[in-house]
Order: sequence, then structure tokens, then C-alpha cells
Amino acid sequence: MDTLQHLLGNYLGYGVWHMLCAVAVVVPLTIFVAYLTFAERKILAYMHARLGANRVGPKGLLQPFADLFKFVFKELLTPYKISKGVFYSSPLIILACALLVWAVIPFNAELVFAHVNASLLYVVAISSLGIYGIILAGWSGNSKYSFLGGVRATAQMISYELAMGFALVGVLMVSGSLNLKEIVDNQAVGMLGGSVLSWNWLPLFPFFLVYLISGVAETNRAPFDVCEGESEIVAGFFVEYSGTSFALFMLAEYVNMVTISAMASLMFLGGWLSPFPASWSIVGVAGFHWLLLKVCILLFGFIWYRATFPRYRYDQIMRLGWKVFLPITLVWIFVLGLWMVSPLTIWK
Amino acid sequence: MVTVVLFYLFAVILVGSALRVITAKNPVHSVLFLVLAFVTASCLWLMLNVEFLALSLILIYVGAVMVLFLFVVMMLDIDLEEIRSGFWKNLPLAILLGVVILAEMVTILVRRPIVVTGTADVQVLNPDNLSNSYQVGWLMYTQYSYPVELASMILLLGLVVAVALTLRKTNKNAKYQNIAAQVATSSTGRVTMLKMSTEIDQIATNEVAKEVIAEITSADGGSKK
Amino acid sequence: MIRKFINTYLLTELLRGMALTWKVLFTPKVTLRYPEEKTPLSPRFRALHALRRYPNGEERCIGCKLCEAVCPALAITIDAHEREDGTRRTTRYDIDLTKCIFCGFCEEACPVDAIVETSIHEYHGEERGDLFYTKEMLLAIGDKYEPIIAKNRELDHKYR
Repeated sequence: MDTLQHLLGNYLGYGVWHMLCAVAVVVPLTIFVAYLTFAERKILAYMHARLGANRVGPKGLLQPFADLFKFVFKELLTPYKISKGVFYSSPLIILACALLVWAVIPFNAELVFAHVNASLLYVVAISSLGIYGIILAGWSGNSKYSFLGGVRATAQMISYELAMGFALVGVLMVSGSLNLKEIVDNQAVGMLGGSVLSWNWLPLFPFFLVYLISGVAETNRAPFDVCEGESEIVAGFFVEYSGTSFALFMLAEYVNMVTISAMASLMFLGGWLSPFPASWSIVGVAGFHWLLLKVCILLFGFIWYRATFPRYRYDQIMRLGWKVFLPITLVWIFVLGLWMVSPLTIWK
Repeated sequence: MVTVVLFYLFAVILVGSALRVITAKNPVHSVLFLVLAFVTASCLWLMLNVEFLALSLILIYVGAVMVLFLFVVMMLDIDLEEIRSGFWKNLPLAILLGVVILAEMVTILVRRPIVVTGTADVQVLNPDNLSNSYQVGWLMYTQYSYPVELASMILLLGLVVAVALTLRKTNKNAKYQNIAAQVATSSTGRVTMLKMSTEIDQIATNEVAKEVIAEITSADGGSKK
Repeated sequence: MIRKFINTYLLTELLRGMALTWKVLFTPKVTLRYPEEKTPLSPRFRALHALRRYPNGEERCIGCKLCEAVCPALAITIDAHEREDGTRRTTRYDIDLTKCIFCGFCEEACPVDAIVETSIHEYHGEERGDLFYTKEMLLAIGDKYEPIIAKNRELDHKYR
């Protein structure tokens, strides 16, 4: 950064450096997401006793690029009588919100794009902005199916955001910080110092479960994918989109999956900490690879649920969010508060 | 220098989008401009280093409240001509109301500038090494705990009233689904297995089946099925 | 009652479902990679039509028009005329494969085993007219695939 500022002047160097950092975050993320779609197709196929995509490249490894080129070369259709600005900006809104979150997600103890103190609040706030892309995409398509899909998706996301937020409150209570790095650091102390037993998931297990399930609902994935509901409303809020704009919706959905998994591993699974005690020589060393491994395991879970569970009925989804998860988290926040002030507390 | 430029940029966007809220033809567009106004306001707050408040503004107003606004506006079938019809007739009253509100705001701002009376307490905390959320929390639960409690009670009241208004158990014809009961059903409670033999003369020994066969044959005009 | 409560709150049913999919993940896959791998076909498999000849090269078809009459899709068109040597032969024998439903009635109706359905199912037409098969084309198919046709008849004859 200093070299760049020396070469290009103070402000320009600053800007160019941060641009490069952003590219360094977004490009690997996009490639990861591309192979996530491939992994999903493969794992789903294997769980159906099929082979899955295996034609493009060795073992089908170039399939994501084939998909990408197919989307890019398709025609962009414009439906009749739409509000054009809203129609074309909504996929961008969704994708921008999905990618903006990654500005504050730390990859290891030092590596993070922006050191924001209230980074957790930032993540929650920005991901709540993504709802606009969905509702506007549903509305601007000038089609009743996409509108229905948009309304379903939005109502569902608002409901589960609440349960999710309360699940995060539990983590905030025990770590006393909104900073993701400090939250991870707080999990390094405790039983067997920094090992799998000292992470938040064990004492906060109900919150962890609620967060995981709400995360699936929040990203509108199966079994909560009623907003897509192929059998009823074709593809939900993005029925009217084609080509590249359709690809952007897909990209945003998968980026959101990765974000939810990364957040779950940072909040509950100790982020970049090793599952073995820090005193052990090689396997005990914390690092980015542990975070990557945890994210991959959680993402495998996402695909696994999709292969296993049938779709929920809409009223049951709403019941689960408002009448089950919300009371559970509220009660557990109360219990957790009592635990923290009681002599049995393990957080000091 | 940069901050000044940014401030004026955000300020212009804020005022411009606020104007578009009341001038936009499509109500959905005005809601969207309101969202833009909220976001730029939060950017201005960020420039004041109050990140907690700025992010809360986005989270609560933009992320939740305005989405519900948007919902309602999208669902409404608004006839713009009808709304416009009484514009000139009601204009004097609207101007009068506007002037009154403006006067109230000006008097408050001029007579008592927004400086919290208890700033001495804030000084006790060293703002440099404490996070923004910590400072807000400290103030809210020490000096302003009574107003916070009051506000939360008012909100709770609103919640209870909203539930009471919409929950109408009085209608006897209303149908409710008990999802827990639906989920808890098992096949044994729903399906009764009848033992029936396949041959028609053997069925004739079964009392229930005999009636069924009689019905079928009579409906077919006596022909054997 | 207690068991139901435990089942609900420990999500046992969900875990059981997930265990099943986990098991299937490692089972052998049933996918057939089509152009490289093919399923075995029965000798009775009904696909592309062919007109057969006797071993001496004489065409079998005598223009009796039974197949034309029995065809439920009206896909067969036949004109017959006396040949120079006095035998009755077809002058035109067309099958419109876009109409054909591959029921095999023509094959059953034929008294001389002239029209048959082969097991050749990998053919295509790039235009609509390409699937309109004339007498020459059908005879050519019959000549080309005679060994296969004869073998399939041989395998099936004892069940007829």
C-alpha cells in the first residue's frame, strides 16, 4: 500500500490498493461459489444414486464454466410494461448486498478487508438490505407468479431474520462484543483451550441449532424454498429473468449460503481455531484452512438437507419461525442471562 | 477535504431523494426514495463515527420497517387521479399544517439546542478505547434507563393492541388449522383396513360388502359386474 | 406420548432421513452413460421398419395391403401393380415415421414376413421429410440389417 501511495499519490494509491483487496476477496469467492454449484449437482446426484454432471472437462470439472457461458450468451428478455430501472437493478442489489458482507468477515486472526468494530451488526444490516432486491425483482417483473414468489420470500426472510438475530444475541451476550474477531478470540479460552470443546456451539447449542435452521430458511434453500416452489409458482421471484441477470440471482443465492456458513463457523464453531488444543504441535495451529474446512462441512449440510427433506408448507414455515424459534430463543436468552450471573458461569 | 466533499454529496442525495418521496408518481418509487434517504442518512451518521446508530438505522428502518411499507404499497391498488383530485382544495390547509410543524421544530431547535444535559457522564468514559455500542449501552442503561423502560412499555402496549385487534376468536365459522395435531397424525388413525375376499360369491358372505354389491348391481340395472 | 415428545424435539425423523441419504451417497450409481453404455434389447424390440427379401434376392412383399389396412395410425401407403413376369408387386410402399406409433401390427399382419420392425432405434431425420421412408429406402434397410433381422426372428420364433 505504501508503494502504491508513493507511486500514484496519496488518495489514488489508497483507492487502488483497496480496489485490489476487494478483487482479492471477490474473485476467489466467486470461483468458490462456481464450484459450490458443481459440488451441489454432484452430491445431489450421488445421493440420488446418479452420476451427475460428468461431460465437460475431466470428471465434469469445467461444468460451472459451461453453465456460465450458457447464461452469458442467452438473450436478455424484457417483459411487457415493466419498470425498467427497478427490473434491471434488483439483481445487482441482491448481488451487491451478498458481496458487501464479505468486507468485514475475517479470514484469520489478521486477514480482514475492513476492520469494523460493529462488524456483526454490519453483516446483519447489509444482509437485511438484500430483501429489497428480492421484493423488487418480484414486483418489477409485472407477473403475478413472480410477485407471489417475491412476497413469499420476503415474508419468510423477515420472519427468520428475527429468530436468527436472537440466536446471535446469545453469542453477543457471552462474548460481550460486536466484533467478529473478538468473538472468535473469546472462544479460544475455556475447556482444553481453543479446542472443539471450548467453542460456543456446546454451551449455546439451542442457539446454534436455531441459527443453522434459520440460515437455511434465510437463504430460501430446500426445505424452505417455497418462494421458488417449482411445482406451484415456477421459479418464484425471478421467473421473468433470463440470461445474465438470472445468473446473478443464482450467484447471490450461493454467496449467501457461503456467508451464512462462514458466519455460523465464526460465531459458533470457533472460526479459524483448530479443533484440537492449541498446545498440540501441528494440528493445534489455528489458520484459514480450519475456517475453510468448517465452511465446507456446513455447505455440505445445506446440500444434504436439500437431498433429504421435502418442502415445507408455507403456514408451517411461518409457524416454525414465529411460534417455535422465536419463543425458544427468547427463553434461552433469559436462561443464558441467569447462567451468566450465577456462580456456575463459565464466562469470565 | 474528502470528508467535506462526501458530506455534501450525501446531503444532496438525502435532500433530493426526500423531495422525490413526495413528488414521485409511482408510490412504490416514493417508498424506494425513502429507503435511499434512510441509507444516505445512515451514511452521514457513519461520518460522525456513530457506527452503532447508523447500522441500527439500516437494520431496523430500512431492513424491516420499510420492507413492510413496500409490501403494503405494492398490494394497494392506487388510483393516482382520485388522490390528486382534491389537491388544490386542500392545499391551504396543508400549507398551514406545514408551517405549524416547521415553527414547532424551529422553536425547539433555537431555544434548546440538541445537547444532552448529562454530557458530564459521557466524559467519564474514555471514548477512544471503548466501542460505540458500549457507549450507547452505558448511556441507555444508566442515565436514560427510565425513558428506555417507558419507551419499551409503550412498544409492548402497541404489540398487545395489535394482537388484540387482529385476533378475532369470536367468529364461530372461522377455521383454524392445528398444525401440531396435523403433524402428529399416524396412518393407523386415518386408514381402516377392511378384509375383503376377491371372489364375488365369497364376498356375499361379508355383511358390509353385500350391501355394496347390491348397490352396484342395482345401479347397473341388475347386470353382474 | 413421551416417545413422541422425544422424537419431535431430538429431530429423530430428520436424522433418520439424513442417514438414508448418507447411505445412498456411497451406493453404486445406476446411471447409464448412454452413447458408451447401452441397455440390452429384446429381440422383439420394435423400431425402424424394413422390407425383407428372399435369399434369392426377390422381394417378399406381394402388395396384399393387409398392413395398410391394419395400420392404426394410417402411416402406410401402398400402390400395387402387375409386374412383367405376371406377379403382383408394389409400385409404391411408403411409411411416414412421423405418423407411425410402432405398434407392430403391420409385422403381425404380413403373410410373407416382408415388412418387419428392426431393433435399430438410433436413426434421425434432420427435416420432416427425412422421416418419410419410401420403398427403396426400406428395402435398403432390409438389405443392410438382414443378419440382425434374421437373428432376431430366429430367437423369437419359438414363442410365436
